[in-house]
This record gives sequence, C-alpha cells and structure tokens, in this order.
Amino acid sequence: MSIDLAHTPATAARAAEPLLDIRHLAVRYRTNDGHIDAVRDVSLTIGRGEKVAIVGESGSGKSTTAHAIVHLLPNAAETHADSILFDGIDLATASRAQLRRVRGARIGLVPQDPIVSLNPVKKIGAQVAETLIVHGLADRKSAAYRAVDALEKAGLPEPELRAQQYPHELSGGMRQRVLIAIAIIASPELIIADEPTSALDVTVQRQILDHIDLLAAETGTSVLLITHDLGVAADRADRIVVMNQGEIVEQGTPAEVLGSPTHAYTRALIAAAPSLNAAGQVERVLEVLDPDVAARVFGGRAGEPFVARSRLPGAADATLAPAVLSARNLVKDFALPRASGGGTQRAVDDVSFDIPRGQTFALVGESGSGKSTTARLVLRLAEATSGTIELDGRDITRASGAELRGLRRRIQLVHQNPYASLNPRLTVEQIVADPLVAFGLGSRADRRRRAAELVDVVALPRTALGRRASELSGGQRQRVAIARALALNPDLLVLDEPVSALDVSIQAQILGLLSSLQSSLGLSYLFISHDLAVVRQIAHRVGVMRLGELVETGDVEQVFSASAHPYTRALLDAIPGAHASGAPVIGR
Amino acid sequence: MTRYIAFRLLQAVGVLWAAYTVSFLVLYALPGDPASLLAGPDATDVSPEQLDAIRAQYGLDRPLIVQYFDQLLHLLRGDLGTSISSGRPVTDIIGEAIGPTAQIAATGLALALVFGAGLAIAATYTRHRALGQFLLALPPLGVAIPAFWFALLLLQWFSFAIPIFPAMGDKGPTSIVLPALTLALPTGATIAQLLSKSLVTTLREPYIDTAWAKGAGRVRIHFAHALRNAALPALTMAGLLIGQLLAGTVVTETVFSRPGIGRVTASAVGAQDIPVVQGVVVFAAVVFVLANLLVDLIYPLLDPRIRVGRSPLTPRGITPKTELTGARP
Repeated sequence: MSIDLAHTPATAARAAEPLLDIRHLAVRYRTNDGHIDAVRDVSLTIGRGEKVAIVGESGSGKSTTAHAIVHLLPNAAETHADSILFDGIDLATASRAQLRRVRGARIGLVPQDPIVSLNPVKKIGAQVAETLIVHGLADRKSAAYRAVDALEKAGLPEPELRAQQYPHELSGGMRQRVLIAIAIIASPELIIADEPTSALDVTVQRQILDHIDLLAAETGTSVLLITHDLGVAADRADRIVVMNQGEIVEQGTPAEVLGSPTHAYTRALIAAAPSLNAAGQVERVLEVLDPDVAARVFGGRAGEPFVARSRLPGAADATLAPAVLSARNLVKDFALPRASGGGTQRAVDDVSFDIPRGQTFALVGESGSGKSTTARLVLRLAEATSGTIELDGRDITRASGAELRGLRRRIQLVHQNPYASLNPRLTVEQIVADPLVAFGLGSRADRRRRAAELVDVVALPRTALGRRASELSGGQRQRVAIARALALNPDLLVLDEPVSALDVSIQAQILGLLSSLQSSLGLSYLFISHDLAVVRQIAHRVGVMRLGELVETGDVEQVFSASAHPYTRALLDAIPGAHASGAPVIGR
Repeated sequence: MTRYIAFRLLQAVGVLWAAYTVSFLVLYALPGDPASLLAGPDATDVSPEQLDAIRAQYGLDRPLIVQYFDQLLHLLRGDLGTSISSGRPVTDIIGEAIGPTAQIAATGLALALVFGAGLAIAATYTRHRALGQFLLALPPLGVAIPAFWFALLLLQWFSFAIPIFPAMGDKGPTSIVLPALTLALPTGATIAQLLSKSLVTTLREPYIDTAWAKGAGRVRIHFAHALRNAALPALTMAGLLIGQLLAGTVVTETVFSRPGIGRVTASAVGAQDIPVVQGVVVFAAVVFVLANLLVDLIYPLLDPRIRVGRSPLTPRGITPKTELTGARP
C-alpha cells in the first residue's frame, strides 16, 4: 500500500480498523556481554481517537515499544515484528523514505526530557517550523507563522517572543510545551508521549497533561502515553497497558486495571504507587531491627561508633530537648553573576522549623523553592546569610574547624542520585567504611566488620561488599548510600530526594527501610522532596516551601487533609491519581 | 557583549606580557652568561675585556630589572632589537619571513580544515559500519606520523619519483604544495579526530532524536543539527592548532629549504642569536593570542548560550538547579 492512498478519505471499514496495530513486536539490544531482550512479545492496538497508556517500571520495555513504532531506536537494537500497521502502512517493513514521511507528519513524538531535547543553537520558532518544512507542508514564511500558532496552541505564553528565543532561555515546562508544539504542528493522527512530564514539577505536569488531553480531544488525535506513574495513566487514559520485563501483563480500562487487577505484578505496582495512596496512610509492615543487632551495630556513641554508650539506641532520653535541630529565621542570599546585572537573589527567606527527635520533618516544594538550599544550610555546606541553626540546643550556625568536623559526624547526608553519589571504582565495603576512614575510627578489622554489619542492616547480601557500585542497581546503590550515612551513628540524616530517581516499587522498599531504621534506632530525618505522595508516607511533620519561603508547617495529617493554604491545596490537587476511577485501591 | 570583548582583550595583553617576561627570564636572567653566548659557542678564548665590551655594547652591564624595562619599552614601540649574527633589525628579519610562512601555513590550514572536517563528516555520515570504523582509525595514524618523515616521503614521491613539485625553494605556487601538505597532516588529523568524536557524541544527543522524530533526513540531521553543535569543541581547539602549525614550520621549512619563520627560528637558535630568538617568541605569542581572540569572538556567534554573558565554562544544557552536591545557583 502506498502512502498517498492513505490520505484518501477513510472508508467506513477503515474507520473501524485500529489506527495502530502492533503484532508480536520484539526488540533485542546487543551488548558486550550478549544481548538483552527489552521487548519480548508485544501486541497492541490503538483505536482512532483512543488514549492508551503503557505503564511500567524502568526496564519494562515501555519506552522501547514506543520508539520501535517509528524506528527511533539506537543502532544496537534489533527489531522484529510480524507487522506494525499504521493506517494500512506496515511500519515494520517500510522503507526509510516511507518512515520519514510518517514521522512528524502523521505520528508526533513528545520526548522524555525537555531540557536536552531541543537543539541548543537553534531558535525555538525554527525548531517548531522545521516539522512543516521537512515535509514540504509550508514554505519558510508561512511555516514561521504556523510555528507561532502551534506554540500558542501548546499553551506557551507570548509565543511570538518565545519563537525568537533559544532553548536555554526557557524553563523546563516551557520547553516541554515547545516539544508539544513540534509534535502537533503537522496535525498528526497519533501522538506518542514518552514520559512527557516526569522531569517536571507536579503543578506543571498537570498543566501539560491537561493540555495534551485538550488538544487530542479537539482534533480526535490518538495518544499513546508512556508513563511509570499508574496515577497519571489512570487519570488520562481510556485504556491502560501494564508492561513488565518486556511483556504486556495486563490491559483494560482504568477501572478494570485498578479496580480488579488480575496480575500479581499489577497489584504490586498499585500497592507501591505513592500517588494512588496519597489519599490515605499506607499500611507498611515495618521490619524492626532485632534489638540485639541494633545494640551491637548502633550501640556506640553518636559519631563514635566504636565507643559504647550507656543509653540503648532508640530509647527516649528525657533529658534532651524535643527538637534535635532548630532553624530560626534562616536567610540565604546568592550573588547574581555580574553579567546579568549583579545584585542578589534570596534563595531562602526567613525560614524557621524544628526537626522533632526520632521523627521525620519533610520540606516539600517545587524546583527553585529553596528546599535543597535549606538542607545545605542545615548541613553547613553553605553559609547562612542570617538566622541560627541549633543542634541539641547548641548554636552551630558559625561552627568552624574542629567543631564543624565534629558536626559532620552527627549529621549525615543521603543524596538524590545514587548513580552519581557513589564512586563507581570503589567497592561497597570501601564506600561504607569511608566515613570511618575519614575520621580515623577503629582498626582496619573493626571497619571491615562494621561495613559488613551495616550492609546487613540495609538488607543487602554480604556478597555485595566486594562488588563495585557500578555493578549495583539503583535501589541497591541507595541502600549502600544509607549504610554509608549510618556508619558514624549520626543523630540526624538529611535525605535529599532519596527515592525520586527510583522506580515506584523500589521507592516503596527504600521508604520502608528508612521507616524501620527510624523506629529501631530513633533516628531523626530531614526529608527533602518534591513528591507530596512520598512525603505523606514517611513524614511526621511537613513544611511547604515556595519561592524561598516556608508557607505552611504542620503535622502531616493536618497539612494533607485540612490545609488552609491555597498553594498547598494546589500542590495536593496536582497529584496524579487523585481522581482515579479505581476507588477501591485508595485507602488500602 | 562589550564586557566580554574587553575581558578577552585584557586577557590577550596579559598573555603577551607573560610570554615576553618568561622568554626574557629564560634568555637573560637564568644562570649562564648572555655575553659569552653572544660571543659565540666556539669563542672559548675570549678575554674578560672582550666580554665586558660585549656587555657594554648590548647593555648587559646594567641591572637586570633596568634591562627588562628598557627592552619592554622598545618592544612597545615595535623595536625588537638587532640581530647579533647579521646586525639587521629583528623586526625586518621577521617581517621578511612572514610572507613565505603565511603562504604555506594558510594553505596548510585550509587543507587541514577541508580534509579533516571532510573525513570526520564522512566517517559519521556513512551507513557502512566498516567504512566508518576505517575512516575513524585514520586520524590517530595521521597524528602519529612524524612530520619530517612524511615530508621526506612526499619529496621522494612527488619530486624525485614523479617530478611534479619542486623539492625546495619558494618559486611559484607549486612550491607551496608539498610544505603545505606536510603542515596539514598533523593539523588535519587533529581536526578530524576532534570533530568525529564530537559528531559521534552529538548524534546521540536527545535533540537529534527530536529531529529524527520530525521526519528530518540524514543530510538535514548532519548539517543543520549536528555539525554546528559538534563544531563548538573543535573550534576551541582551533586556536591551539595555530600554535601547532607555527611549530610545524620549523621542520617543514628546513626540510624543503624554504625561507620563513621556521628557518629564522632554526638558524637563530643554532647561532644563539638571542634577540632574534626572543623576537620569534614574541611574534609566536602575538599570532597565538590573535588566533585565540578570534576564536573567542566567533564562539558567541555560534553558541547563543554564551551571548547572555555566561562564561563558556558553564556546562551546556544545564539549568542552574540546586542539588546538595551541585554548585550554588
């Protein structure tokens, strides 16, 4: 069938056919150690005007499936399919020229990461107009006008101005709108949106997804939405397809999939999805550490793990203040580069909070809210412009030298990205023992023993000790990072988005581990997150930050169920899955 | 933008001053007697009186700091001193040598750009994997070949075996070809190596996928999207390559018996003609600084991210985002 025929008015029979019909798709990646079957056997249809969501965790093959449709896989991928029929054209056997005519013009792709998906040296307008130009759908001049229209349709304010700007002058959310404009400008019949909002803040995420919905509804365009978030899929799709390890394990309407999941994996995914459980407290079985283990591993003094202390870990000490750390009126100004006019920018503005002993205080906010800067101030990695920080009643705001180094033993940090925060060339044992080495604590044998015990505590196998961080999965790496943070018996852990780089099921495991450690050892956490659903699960008290200010502080229940602050309400409303149709899962 | 240019100009002046000062220190202030150097390597029987006379003639009997500022003042007036071996002003000697050297250097640079960039583009453009791999293997070979050996091979083939080009001298345009090729080989190989690596990386960038998804073809992907981004790191190196070219003229002009800066350098070093050596150092610094200044001025034209006043060192595509590990916003 030739492509030209495909543009003739669809016959009645044709209209009944699905727009896209994938039969037995398999994709295999060649690697140095053999091959990986990313997609094993996927058959999938998308009807005209239908919205289908593929849900799965990383490695499930959902993105690979999406990219295989338009042959945009890396060279190392081998694709086999009986057929990929798109409106009568078999994309599996189509020539390069045929594929080119489909890409952009008839199938639009919204890629995953807006920050890196636009050419940095070309103007926005030219990049949007390019779709029309490569398909000969408009000349240069009218393409430029239509690009401005498309940017406006994609919901970008001041589209004429934006068209003259370069990508680096736009925020992530604005760039994602540009990518949507690129995908819709040629009025395609199918839009493939590959995790279009996972790099964005929840409020922006909601706007973008709403907009895709609106555009699709206006034009009758079919949408294939790829997402790791069951909540997003439940909100947006007519049909949900759940993928696991390269295979479709379940599909159906959101009500069917969420209401009566038939496959064990779907049930696990639902249970783990924080966004679906945001409305109610998750019943998590805490695997409390054996008291003997807790006493043996964490029986030492804070910052001196090899020196025994009288008090058992976890036992409340009435002589201590209820707050392990108090921040009062913290302000942080950053000098702006002289090239952009100089002056200062206030990143943290008069922020005060207490971290309750043995509990979790969470700072929530969108990017740029100043939550990470606040954490840096608490860790004394940055100097506060004004305000005070007290640890156990002692002012540490200006501590320096030996006092500051002593402080490092008491407050430890777990980073956001476990892929970047562990030295890939060190073994797990070296990484976990590193803080002990840094402070010259214990003999070599002591440190080895302690590393082995800590690895047990975070539920990694002992065999992991000899392996390098680069050989571990994301969840395993984050466990190593937690073990490292615990090595010195700290009082306070600062957890900077500790689960946001992980899959939902792994997220649930790590959050469970953190809760267990807290209840066994009486640790206090400062938990930084943009994800309200995650915060709901772990925090006792919550502070909501916006543009450097702490707009609201309160107990987690009160903030989530009865917040009066409009910004907090907006954040809560933006959580995907809040209006999911599968009511039974909520409040499990 | 004016701030950017002013800053770069100031840097250029600083580099020139540093180059002059270091060469002065090496030639005049380090242990060793400039006077006996000036008397010549074979002059073992020079009497102390004769050495004093030489010192007086060249002002070497004055304190070092006075000599330094005296020479610096002369330099600012465009006076590089007088050659010891020929007695002619150093500016004249270098001025005469610029022309022939510029001919082969410019031709060499053009050849290097055309062949280097051509090879890089061909290697990444071809769909033939084996051919691409073969082409990518060529630049390291080009960098590894010693210039003098390549020059001798060229002479053997194209002057003696098949006499197309003259083996020596600077008579007529044909005499430029072989020296220019000799200069072009290492430079072109470096360009090819840099640009092909950069192209391979760029072609894997997500924005290239975006372009494919628009339905763009291979030509458009390569030339409209990848090349301009990939050229940026290669452009940074271009300033350094000018230095490489200038250094290459020493061997090339000696092998092909051509007049030029390289020959002047080689003979001045051989004759221990200190004022000429220092003149060449200052000249090389000027060329180097100008080339890099040009690169710095072209860079913002190609990369819009630099125009807003960010330093070129800011990692690209990264919006300032506070992470606990990250830099300050």
